[in-house]
This record gives sequence, structure tokens and C-alpha cells, in this order.
Amino acid sequence: MPKRTDIKKILIIGAGPIVIGQACEFDYSGTQACKVLKQEGYDVVLVNSNPATIMTDPQTARRTYIEPITVEMVEKIIARERPDALLPTLGGQTALNTAVGLAERGVLKRYGVEVIGANIKAIKKGEDRSLFKAAMRKIGLDLPRSDKAYTLAQAYTVAERIGFPLIIRPSFTLGGTGGSVAYNQEEFKRLAKIGIESSMIGEILIEESVAGWKEFELEVMRDTKDNVVIICSIENLDPMGVHTGDSITVAPAQTLTDREYQRMRDAAIACIREIGVETGGSNIQFAVHPETGRMVVIEMNPRVSRSSALASKATGFPIAKIAAKLAVGYTLDEISNDITRETPACFEPAIDYCVVKIPRFTFEKFPQADQTLTVSMKSVGEVMAIGRTFKEALQKGLRSLEIKHYGFDSMIFTDLADIRPPDQATMDMLHQKLRLPNADRLLYLGDAFRLGMDVDTLHQMTGIDRWFLFHIKEIIDLEKELLVSGAAVSRELLTSAKEYGYSDRQLAKFWGKKEEDVCALRRSLGIIPHFKLVDTCAAEFQARTPYYYSTYEQ
Amino acid sequence: MEKRIPAWLVLEDATVFKGWSFGAEGQRTGEVVFNTSMTGYQEIITDPSYKGQIVAMTYTLMGNYGINKDDMESRRPFLEGFVVKEYSKVASNWRSEKSLGAYLKEHGIMGVEGIDTRTLTLHIRQAGAMKAVISTTDLDEKILADKAGNARGLVGVDLVREVTIDKAYVWSRAAVKAKKHFKVVVLDCGVKYTILRELMRRHCAVTVVPAHTPAQDILALKPDGLLLSNGPGDPAAVGYVVETVRQLMGKLPIFGICLGHQMIGLALGAKTFKLKFGHHGANHPVKDLRSGKVYITSQNHGFNVQAETLNSRKVQSTHVNLNDGTLEGLRHKKFPLFSVQFHPEAAPGPRESEYLFDEFLQMMQRRKGKHA
Repeated sequence: MPKRTDIKKILIIGAGPIVIGQACEFDYSGTQACKVLKQEGYDVVLVNSNPATIMTDPQTARRTYIEPITVEMVEKIIARERPDALLPTLGGQTALNTAVGLAERGVLKRYGVEVIGANIKAIKKGEDRSLFKAAMRKIGLDLPRSDKAYTLAQAYTVAERIGFPLIIRPSFTLGGTGGSVAYNQEEFKRLAKIGIESSMIGEILIEESVAGWKEFELEVMRDTKDNVVIICSIENLDPMGVHTGDSITVAPAQTLTDREYQRMRDAAIACIREIGVETGGSNIQFAVHPETGRMVVIEMNPRVSRSSALASKATGFPIAKIAAKLAVGYTLDEISNDITRETPACFEPAIDYCVVKIPRFTFEKFPQADQTLTVSMKSVGEVMAIGRTFKEALQKGLRSLEIKHYGFDSMIFTDLADIRPPDQATMDMLHQKLRLPNADRLLYLGDAFRLGMDVDTLHQMTGIDRWFLFHIKEIIDLEKELLVSGAAVSRELLTSAKEYGYSDRQLAKFWGKKEEDVCALRRSLGIIPHFKLVDTCAAEFQARTPYYYSTYEQ
Repeated sequence: MEKRIPAWLVLEDATVFKGWSFGAEGQRTGEVVFNTSMTGYQEIITDPSYKGQIVAMTYTLMGNYGINKDDMESRRPFLEGFVVKEYSKVASNWRSEKSLGAYLKEHGIMGVEGIDTRTLTLHIRQAGAMKAVISTTDLDEKILADKAGNARGLVGVDLVREVTIDKAYVWSRAAVKAKKHFKVVVLDCGVKYTILRELMRRHCAVTVVPAHTPAQDILALKPDGLLLSNGPGDPAAVGYVVETVRQLMGKLPIFGICLGHQMIGLALGAKTFKLKFGHHGANHPVKDLRSGKVYITSQNHGFNVQAETLNSRKVQSTHVNLNDGTLEGLRHKKFPLFSVQFHPEAAPGPRESEYLFDEFLQMMQRRKGKHA
């Protein structure tokens, strides 16, 4: 289907101010959308309250309103501009909520504005917990088990059936008292009682906790012809319980067999169809039980999300740009792949590298904040690193954080060549830092391996999958060898160090040398970085406009 | 670092890639191909279609989830070698039973890690698929390049006889309670188990017969339909199967997959040709020309039916590859006969084209209705 000619003017809602959870990724997606729609000849009107964005640059849209993103203000803009369509799926949650508000107030109907991308019904179905759950049950997808209770006796029966740990959510509380987690009978008795008492209708929802399960995300795109493709799979290193925005995440998924991955793919496709996102991208999250493989759907974002920005950069597939084209009627097979030009966008990117995202925290600026990572997001940014291996990407990411770490720096030891068991207080602190998710947990894991703790123990303590832990252990194991070898390192060992993502600076620190000296030594051994392409297709086709990452190979 | 055993991959044009062994040791030759699937190495390793080939994975991290008993695609691995960038010594998955390295060793299959598979892929893409040797012995560039050059390659070689079974067997019997069921004979040219699983899931009674089974023996089993399986190598070298197909066309419903599709093409008088580097991956867009819908398909083939050589009065092209425009499916205009070049059984890859198995059942249903 060619692009629609019945719409001429399109209003795009931006994401507004930068806040935790909604940052420049929506500027990136919105700017892409403005540009591509303008190129297609549409009259693009933009509203965004944040002038410190690329999208509000004068040439991006035909007319830009730097106004508060409220239903009232956008209504005024609609009254003045009389757009034919509203595209709300590229400006994060703010844009989506505003669109729903406009629809509920009858504004869209009054001015004859069509919502493109995702319709209001789909947005509601995706965002409303109970509607979403009902939709998932309808298509036979598994969800965390839950049930309501009005008395303690009922609550005990439910608890017995579902099993611990359990989340207790009182319904309709004054001031919105949140849920609590009960790990055993004792706690449950107490918390269920408080829950029932604090609920205005004496009702609690008891839900199976999936904290500690493996967490995955799929980025999905759909067009008006119902072609659906998966752009990227993402596996979280931090298990369920840490907000995805605060989790270290890895693309593609590492620990799923094809059978398990296809089951998740099928579920994601069924989900986007049932929710009814007609065109564009969605992000769907799953939790998988590490011992049984049971897979449950957690949530869906019927819009371009923070993860879409990551997935775009991780694969070379410009999700926001394509989503904008799909919104005006193109189908995936009609759009060409930006990078190869000759193959269509209707495909699934094949990647031949590993991408690691690490969140960036600034707790030093928020001294009052609880530094434990939970289900509400606390990070203020993130870095993305590409390497041929997980180990390389992870260490590249660590030093890109600009927190003065150049790899797996130690949090405890000053002399890595002389590791001795620390005092009990330090050990207790280490255990706590491992058990409770926090900004520095990755580095404490390094110290745990330095102390000889094993993968199974650390898996028990952190819930982090053994695969990730083992690869971190390999990094630390190599550190020991590098400390022993000193600057008399063999070519083979130094090559391995570079493949494991060690920077010259780290090695200089190990060996008491200057960074320049290590660099010179490395070059003299002929170990130099190679630049490889992000090309969407793992080198199967020629790339016209790829981008590059550096890496080391044998 | 623990002691590693050097293993080299040397191409017939004397390009050398040096890595380390993580499977069996020794020396093997084959045609080296790249596969772009990011998951599914177990299915790839156990797919008999890789007989004669050394498979290099473009995705860099392999072995992550080990090997389990349920995801086998045949009785053992048939490929000549498995080449990866990094082999994960730890396998982490609730279904994992052994490591990839242990499985390869158990079956005498060589595994090589530490190879820059992207550079290898670029080389194959530009120069075309080529013969190669992988070796942990005779580590001499000249000797190994000569061995690669002298390897038999794929063109004109009947590899089907090396992977097919000796004796027919019953995969599944009809469930007593199934309302309607069909009796399907599968001609095993190197069949993947998931093809049989898909038929069984649809209540078919499935009998698997050797590739050299003559037409009259197949008819003697009184099947409702015949499935021509996938398999390795050059279809033009398997004349006896093409002859069987020719004799059975029009006599019973036939569904061909991959090599089976190519043999149907040959039986219909079309020609096959060798692709420059083949299609091996799980992300190939294929358009069903009848509905206009695009399916993301699983592919594994080095040869292809030449679309221009099809007799368009007799045969309709049903599917086309959107990446390079090659023929992906055909249907006979008069006989109950159709085939696809890609893998509707997936494994590995997207399962969205399994509707083709339903079409095969409908075809058998129509035929049965007519003769009832």
C-alpha cells in the first residue's frame, strides 16, 4: 500500500522535559519521525515543552509549539492547526497519555483528528493492567498468578495456592499505598492484615512474585498488512525486580534456545495483534523462571520506548523512522533497509556482535535517595557498548560510564596482586552489595570472584544468570594471569586481554606502567583494533551506510 | 589460560583463519558456508542438510545454552565442522544436558573457536562459497590449502545416500481418536525431525522411507500423500529421486521442502543452479504471491530452482525471496503438487509458515474426498 494521501497535516507530540525514565531517547525518536514525515511531503506540526531538544530546532517541523504538553494546550493547538492526524507513539508516555486525554474529552472527535500509529483502544488495552491481563488470557498467554481476598482466611488459601514470595496490593487505598512483598507465612500474615485494613473496600490483590526470574524484552513492528517482525531481543543481566531502565541489558538474548526464543516470538506477535497496535513498534517484556522455563508476559508498551532507541542503535534498524512511515500507510515490504538499500525493511536484523547497555546513576547528587535498585527507575542515563563478545562489550561499557572506572576496577582491594580475605565488616558489606541490587553491584561481583567465590554461590546471592556470571569470572581469571605476567606478557595473552575488553589503561595500572607504554608494547606486537560494521545483516549483504565499532581479533 | 589446542580453517584460495579446537580433533574437509541465525545451533548441527559442509556462525557467542535431548533434528550430526567466534564453556539453561563441546566430541565433529567469522563471511560473500579444511594436525598453510582444493565439494555429488536411512520406519501411527487422519509417506533425503513432528501434530500417520525407495513401493503403502524432505547437496546428483517424483506426479498429493522442492523442479523440467553463497539463516523475507503477505522464513540451501526455466503453463510460482528475488515456492496447476524452498518447519527460525503443512493436509483431504 502506498502512503496515505487523505491526510496532509500531522501533529506530533513530543516527550517534554527530561526526567528520570523519559530522556533524550524520545527526542531521538521524535526527530526521526518529524524528518521522515516531512520528507514524505506531510505538513508536520510539533508540540514539545522542552526547547533543549533537537526536534524543536526550527527546521525539523513546519511549525513548532513550545508549550506545556497538557490536554488543554494541545486542544488549543488542534483548534488552531486543524491537523488531519495525531501521531502519539513517538513521544513516550507523556504523548500517549495526552492522546488518551484528548480522546476522552472528545477533542479528537470534535476536530476530526485521526490517531495514527496506535489507536486509543489499543493504547488503553496496552496500558490498563486489567484490560491487558484479560487480553493476554484471551490469547492463552501465561501471566503471574493472582487472586483477590477480602478476609485473612481467604488470603491464606490464595497464598497457599500461589506460593511465596507474594506481592500484596491493597485495592483503592487513600494516598495510594503501594504493594508489599511477603517471603514467608509470618510476613504474609502481618502484611495481608495491614493490606485489608488499608484498603477502602477491604480488598487485596495477592500476586505471584516473579522477582529473580530471568527478564527479556522483544522489540516488535507491525504494518497495516499485518506483517510483523522482531527487530531485537534483549536479555537483562539483572533479573526481575530491578526496573529495566536500571538493569544492565544485553542484545541479543543469550541464554534461550531457539525453541524458547520462538515461543517468545510467537507470544510477542500474538500480543501486538491482540492489543491491536496497527502500525509501528511495541516493546513486550517477559519473565522466564530460571529452573522451570515457565514464561509469563509482564507488560507491553504500545509505542516507541527507551528500549526501542537501544534496539535501533544495537541493530541498525531505525525503529522510529520506520514506525513513522508505517503510520502513514507504507508496509514493511515497501520500505527499503536504510543500510543495505537493496533489501527490504521487512526482515529481522541479524547481528554479529554483542551489545551491552549499562545504566548511569548519579546518587552523589541525590544523597537522600535509597541507593537500592527496585522497580522504580533511578538511573539518569545509560551507555551502550558494542563488542564481538559479551566480555568485551561489558568492559567497554564500564569505562564509557565516565565514573572513573576503566573496566572491572576493585571496590575493596587496593593491591590486586595481593588479595587477602578482608575483615568481617567488609565481607558483610560485600555480601549486602551482592544481595541487594545497587549501582556498583557489577564491580562487587568482580571482587567476589577475586575472593574465590564461585558462580553457583553468586547465582544464589544475586539471581544473575550463571552465563553472565561465568563470563565475568573469565574476565577476572584473566586479570590474575595478567598480573602474574606483568609487562613481559606474551602476544597470545595480550591478544586475549584485548578480546576480553581490557583497556591499555587497565593493563598499565596492573603493571605499574604508563598507558602510552602499554599502547606502544601492544602495537609492537601487532595487536591493533579493527573496525567492524553494524549493518543489520551480519555481513550477508553489502552495507551502504553502516556505522562502526572497534574490536580486537586474533 | 588453560592449554588450548590450535585448530585452523584453511580455504581453497589459501586464506587462513587460526583458532582453537573445542570439539573433536583431526582433519575434515567440506564446503564452508555461513549461517546468520542467532539461536538454534543445536538444530543446525543436527540438520542432515549440512552434510558436506563446514558451518560458520556469524553470531559470535555459541554454546550458551548447551545441548538438550528435545531439540535434535536427526539421529546424529552430519555436518563436517562447526566454526565460531567464541565458544562458551558454561552452558546455562534449565533444559541443558551437556555442553556443545562435549556433544561435538562425542560424535567426532570438529569445533573451532576464535575465528573472525565476520571476516570469513565477507570473504565468502565476495568470493562465493568455497571448499575448505579444518584441522588440528598438519598445521601448514600450503598443505592444508592443497587439501582444501582437493576436497570433493558439493556439485555433482550425491550426498543424500550418505544421510538417508537404510530401512523404512514408522514415525507415528494414527491416533485412534483423531477424527480424520492421513497416511503420509516421507521420502527421507535427510529429513529434519520437526517436519515429522509437524505432521504428527496434525494427526498424520507418518512412515519414513529411504531416499532410493522406488515409486511402486511408495504407492504400495497406499499413502494419502508424499512429502519430499530437505537434504544435503546438489539436487542434480540425485537423479533417482527425481525419477521417483516424475513417476508419482499426479498420482498422489506431493509436498516438497528445500531439496524436495528442487527435485520437484527438476522433475517438472526446470533447471537448478548453485547460488553464490546460498541462503542459511532464519530471517529471510519471503512473499506469498497469492496473499501478498510476507513471512520471515528459515532457510538453508546452496542450490536453487531457476524461475525462468519453469513451464509457466503447467506451474505457478507461489513464493519469492524479497532479498534477491529468487524462487521460493511453486504449485502445479493441474496436479496436487506444491513445494517451497524455505523451511516451514523452522527449527531453527520463525514458525509462521507452518500454514503450509495445513495446505498439504487440505490437498490430501480434497484428494481423499474425490476418491471416496
